[in-house]
Amino acid sequence: MWVYEKKLQYPVKVSKCNPMLAKFLIEQYGGADGELAAALRYLNQRYTIPDKVVGLLTDIGTEEFAHLEMIATMIYKLTKDATPEQLKEAGIGEHYVNHDRALFYTDAAGNPFTATYIQAKGDPIADLYEDIAAEEKARATYQWIIDQSDDPDINDSLKFLREREIIHSQRFREAVEILKEDRDRKKIF
Amino acid sequence: MAKFTLRKQYRPYVSPFDPCPSIRVKTYVTPPNLYVGFQPEKLPQFNAKQALFAGTLWKVFYDPYYGSEEKEKGGGQ
Ligand SMILES: [Fe+2]
Repeated sequence: MWVYEKKLQYPVKVSKCNPMLAKFLIEQYGGADGELAAALRYLNQRYTIPDKVVGLLTDIGTEEFAHLEMIATMIYKLTKDATPEQLKEAGIGEHYVNHDRALFYTDAAGNPFTATYIQAKGDPIADLYEDIAAEEKARATYQWIIDQSDDPDINDSLKFLREREIIHSQRFREAVEILKEDRDRKKIF
Repeated sequence: MAKFTLRKQYRPYVSPFDPCPSIRVKTYVTPPNLYVGFQPEKLPQFNAKQALFAGTLWKVFYDPYYGSEEKEKGGGQ
């Protein structure tokens, strides 16, 4: 079970009315390397991985939902007061005719989310290597969104999220080391 | 020896017939998690407030990324 805290993991402030940023940010909402894919991937892999690293997958999978909520907040703030004309100019007219201003799990090109984005191979090393790759891809996606963004407040939150991907990758790399069992007993921090 | 950096560079092939102005130096990121291995004990920490803003408690893993626009305004590495 989960305990929900009714606040964001890190504050989300949006300083410019730029709905086009919402179009880019949705890549991290329902895209292949986005936060939804990450959360579902890790929480699902937990059942068939050695006990020693189950807790790590629970922690990181849970945190990914906190990130999903931050991305949702950014997209919502960027679109909630935009006119249909502004949304069309921003390239999300197609989204508008299907969803109005509701959020939906798609990537930046409008492709709907699919479970084929994630894998559970049942082989602990294969799964952890996928997780490491997923974290590096999410980190890179944040870099490219920051490159496209002109909003310093959004960038501040995106930098926080990108830093978390670095930490997640580090922890998954350590999980591989634990499963290799070729070092002296190590403490987990 | 060159100073260590988490931003690497390479020079791609440049053609005299490139349709756009050639980018002569390309960069890529090699984040700190590539270098640390299993995290050793007693690494330096940020204080709690700094850690929230940095996104990590551990100084060794802090690696902020600045966008192209921010770099033009003088931010970043
Ligand atoms: Fe992550």
